[in-house]
This record gives sequence, C-alpha cells and structure tokens, in this order.
Amino acid sequence: MIEQHAIILVVVIPLLAAPLCVLLGRGALAWGAATAAVWSSFGLALYLLDRTLDEGVQRYMLGGWQAPVGIEYRLDVPGAFVMTLVTAIGAVVLPYSWTSVRKEIDDHRHHWFYACLLLCFAGLLGITVTGDAFNLFVFLEISSLSTYVLVSMGRDRRALTASFRYLLLGTLGATFYLIGIGFMYLMTGTLNMEDLAVRLAGPGPDGVTPVVDTTTIRAALAFLSVGVSIKMALFPLHVWLPNVYAYAPSVVSAFLSATATKVAILVLLRVFYTVDGKAIAFESLPLADTLVPLAIGGAVVASFVAIYQRDVKRLLAYSSIAQVGYMVVGIGLATQLGLAAGLLHLFNHALMKGALFLAIGCIVYRVGQTRFELLRGVGRQMPLTSAAIVIGGLSLVGVPLTAGFVSKWALLDAVLEDGRWVTASFILLSSLLSVVYVGQLVHVLLIRRRPKDAEPVREAPLWLVVPTLVLAAANLWFGVVDSTPSEISRTAAEALLQEMQQ
Amino acid sequence: MDLIGLFNYWVFIVLMMSGFYLLLSARNLVKKIIGVNLFQTSVFVFYISTANVTGGAVPIHDEGIEVYSNPLPHVLILTAIVVGVASTALGLSLILRIKAEYGTIEEDEVDAQDVLS
Repeated sequence: MIEQHAIILVVVIPLLAAPLCVLLGRGALAWGAATAAVWSSFGLALYLLDRTLDEGVQRYMLGGWQAPVGIEYRLDVPGAFVMTLVTAIGAVVLPYSWTSVRKEIDDHRHHWFYACLLLCFAGLLGITVTGDAFNLFVFLEISSLSTYVLVSMGRDRRALTASFRYLLLGTLGATFYLIGIGFMYLMTGTLNMEDLAVRLAGPGPDGVTPVVDTTTIRAALAFLSVGVSIKMALFPLHVWLPNVYAYAPSVVSAFLSATATKVAILVLLRVFYTVDGKAIAFESLPLADTLVPLAIGGAVVASFVAIYQRDVKRLLAYSSIAQVGYMVVGIGLATQLGLAAGLLHLFNHALMKGALFLAIGCIVYRVGQTRFELLRGVGRQMPLTSAAIVIGGLSLVGVPLTAGFVSKWALLDAVLEDGRWVTASFILLSSLLSVVYVGQLVHVLLIRRRPKDAEPVREAPLWLVVPTLVLAAANLWFGVVDSTPSEISRTAAEALLQEMQQ
Repeated sequence: MDLIGLFNYWVFIVLMMSGFYLLLSARNLVKKIIGVNLFQTSVFVFYISTANVTGGAVPIHDEGIEVYSNPLPHVLILTAIVVGVASTALGLSLILRIKAEYGTIEEDEVDAQDVLS
C-alpha cells in the first residue's frame, strides 16, 4: 500500500504532523513528531527517486479521478531530484533545531514553530510533485504563508519588517502567477500541465496559428516569469531576500536558503519546459537573451554588494542572490548541458549554503551576534564550526575537490559550448569577487585576534555541530567521491528536454 | 472595440492597477495591505468573468436547462479567496506586532528607527 501511495504520503505526512505538533504542545513531543515526519518523508523521497530513475515518470490520481479532470500528481526526475534535496536538508536541519530553537525562540512558541516549519516543508514538497498548475499555486501559498510566520519569529524586531515586506512581495508574486495561469486556462480550458502542453501546441481560435503564438499566452508567460522570479529572488527582484535571511532564526535561514529559492527555480522549469515547450519561450521570444544577462548581471552585482556587508548573515544572503544567478544562467541557455549544470548547481548550492548558515547558527548560539566587529577571532575558539565555514566557503568559491567546483565547471563548460564568451568571463569575475567576501569572513573569524576584554567562547554543543559537519562533509563527498548528483542532473535535463519536444 | 462586452475586464485592469499603485506608493502599512487586497480581488473578478457562458445558467443542475456557466473558476477562486484572507490576516497581525515594537505603522518612521539602532 505504501508503494502505491508513496507520492501522496511524502506530502501528507508533514501536512498532518503540523496540527499534531500544535496539539502535542510544549517541549520535546512537538519536536519528536516533526523529526519523525520529516525523516519518514526523506525515506519515501529516496525510495521515489530510485523508482523514478528506474521506471520513469510516476503518476498518482488524487481521489481516483483520472487526469485531466482530477488533480494529477506527477513525479518526474527533476521533481524527484529537488524533492530528495528538500527532504535531505529537512532531515539535517531538524535535529539541529532542537538546541538552536530553545535558545532563540520563546518556550511558548516552540510547537507553533515546528508546526509552521512542517507546513512550509509540506508546501515545498507539494510543489515538486504536483502536475496541476493551480494546485501548484496553493502549495506555493502554503509554503510562503508559513515562511512569513517563521521569519517573524526572529529575535531582532527588524525580523518583523523583513517578514512584512516579504509578505507584500511574495503575495504579489503569487498573484502574478495566478493571473498567468488564468490566461492559460482562458485559452485552453485545462489546468493539468501535460494537457496544457498538448493544447498549447494545438490550433488556436482562428484554426491556423497555434495557441502558443497568441498574445494572451505571451502575456501569461510574462506574468508567470515575473511572479516566479520574485519568489526565487532573481536580480533585480531580490530586494526582500537579504533582510529575511539576516533576521530570521538560524534554523529558518539555513532551511530557506537551501530549499525555498531552489523550489522556485523548479517552478520556473515547470513553466518554461513542462508547460509550454521550447517553441514559445526560447524561439519566438528572446528569453535566453533576457534571462541570461539579467542572471549574470545579478551574480556580479550581488557578489559586489556582498563584499561591503558587515554582517555575516547579510553577506551570505547577497551571495545567495549571486548563486541564483548562476543557476538561472544554466536554465536560460536551454541546452542539455546548461540545464544539467543549473540543476547540479541548485543541489550543490543547497549543500554549501546550508552548511554555512548552520555554522553561523552555531556562532549565534555562543555569541548571540552576527556583526563582524563582535565576531573577531571567534573561530579560533570554535575549531569544528570554523572547519565547516572554511569548507562551505571554499565550495562557494568553487575550489577543486569541493562540490561547488564540479557544478561551476559544468556551468562554464555549458556556457562555452554555447559560444557565450562574455557570460563565461562574467562568471569568472563573480567567482573572483566571491573569493574576496569568503576571504573576509575567514579573516574576521580566524585570523583576527579576539579582543582581550571579550568573553571567552566554547565550541557549540554537539547537537549543533554534528548536523553542520554532516552538510560540510557532503560538500567534500560530492566533490571528490560521489558523482551521483551529476548523473541525476543529466538524466533530469534529458527528461525536461524530452517533455518539451512531445 | 467592444467596450460594453469587455466591461468586466476593464474593471479587472482598473482594480488591479489601483491596487498595485497603492501597494507601491503608500507609506502606511495598513494602506499597503489594502493595496494587496485590491490587487488580489481584481484577479478574482477576472477569473469569475471568464466563467461566464453566453446564455448559460447558474451551474446548479435542474431540468430543462441546456447551457450552464463554467463552475470550475468559481471553485478555484474559492480557494484563492481563502489564501487571500490568510495573507491579509497574517499581514494585519504583523502590523500589530510592528506597532507594539516600533510604536508606529508609518514606513518612513520605522525605517528611521532602524537606521538609528
């Protein structure tokens, strides 16, 4: 039975565990329920990834209604890849949250915190499995609404304004998405993604031009792209991101930076590849020529801004905006190599940013601050945490033997294969800038001396250090030993391009 | 151009743009929420208008009726309204906490306090 319903269970288990957390109340029970739910989702996701790689697309009809009338859940390789990533990050972050949340959030809010985290988790997973465009909107809003609550639980009062601004822009983005879907529904009368793809290629109202070539569908694509770009913080629609990452609780920063923008990128793939094939997005509209310059411009500008930050979390937030740029470059190229590189970088970036934000969380646990002047020399007294920061930082720069190198190399390869020398040189420039900001981080933490009058700090508790080191080690593991993610990303890119040609 | 026939869509555009403008220009946080609300509501109007079938009856099954309006957009919008209510409630409760922490709900004054701290 579990085999048959695995697809829906991945989403339903955390969704049902969320109210359970609230009922269980304070203390360890809520945390235990949340961890159990996330770990079982992780197990199911691994099983589903394996099955998708072996047998191809997995389908599940909700309530037994056949598609396109009923809502269809459809898990393809890219979806399963991102789903595994989200659940894996969740499985690492939850053990970490036990200690970190008790320090950073008031006791009476703990069960609400875990409930919202699970809702956010369920929403993100729902986006990866759904094959229905409107269902995707609902999951997008489930994850977004719970994210706003999670962010507002930060200690600093600026978390409130950050969350409020995110709420305004996030709602705007989701509503743009809704308008786009509305236009498509108006022209085709269906919301199922596969059915949409078929009908968009069919003849339009005048019987000659295909539906994709009508102005309505072009307007729909414009609304969809802008809406999703807000969600994934693509430059210049990134303004909400730095404050959200900077003032959210440590656990939330780590979880969001590793999952939320990644899932938004999957939505972009769904819009451009699954729903309406190459014909419109990349041939009759100059999408590659608009997305790629914007993305690479964002990578350079955000890296530059990151250098001038004096707060560790804001520095990492700006670096995240730059890294989203890299992924979108890969996707915008619309070649198989480019797509594979974009997806691989999506996976690797989650590993490095997850490790870095968790390590910063360890420092916050001991020092309580993230401003540079208060962190001088802290790394000398926290050797394990600094090891994680150094590995994560090297991976961020793209030094050989780390995961970051593998995906950046693949990206450069894809860009050069397409003959875009200028873009390639900008990628290198942005990498050089990242050497500067990672260097600053390491300089402050390890090379500067701790002021004499500062209170001594100790290594963070094991509950925090072990998950951090697990993610840091994953950066090395996938950089040196294991090339499974690159193989999966290649299969995923193939699957997306095939969907497009059908 | 068929001005009367497209009346609903004109309403949609006017509402949407007013909401969008309010969201971007208002300095008062509650006014911003009103802007978001207007923006979302305009999309509801748009969806409901697309459901209309010329000469179609209300989609409730009854004898002697041949043509019904399309019920699906109505159902979709029911969900979207719930989402809209949730985001409005969340936005307003955030404003309450901002008021408690900063003592004001004017964006300029909030920003000024953040710069000082």
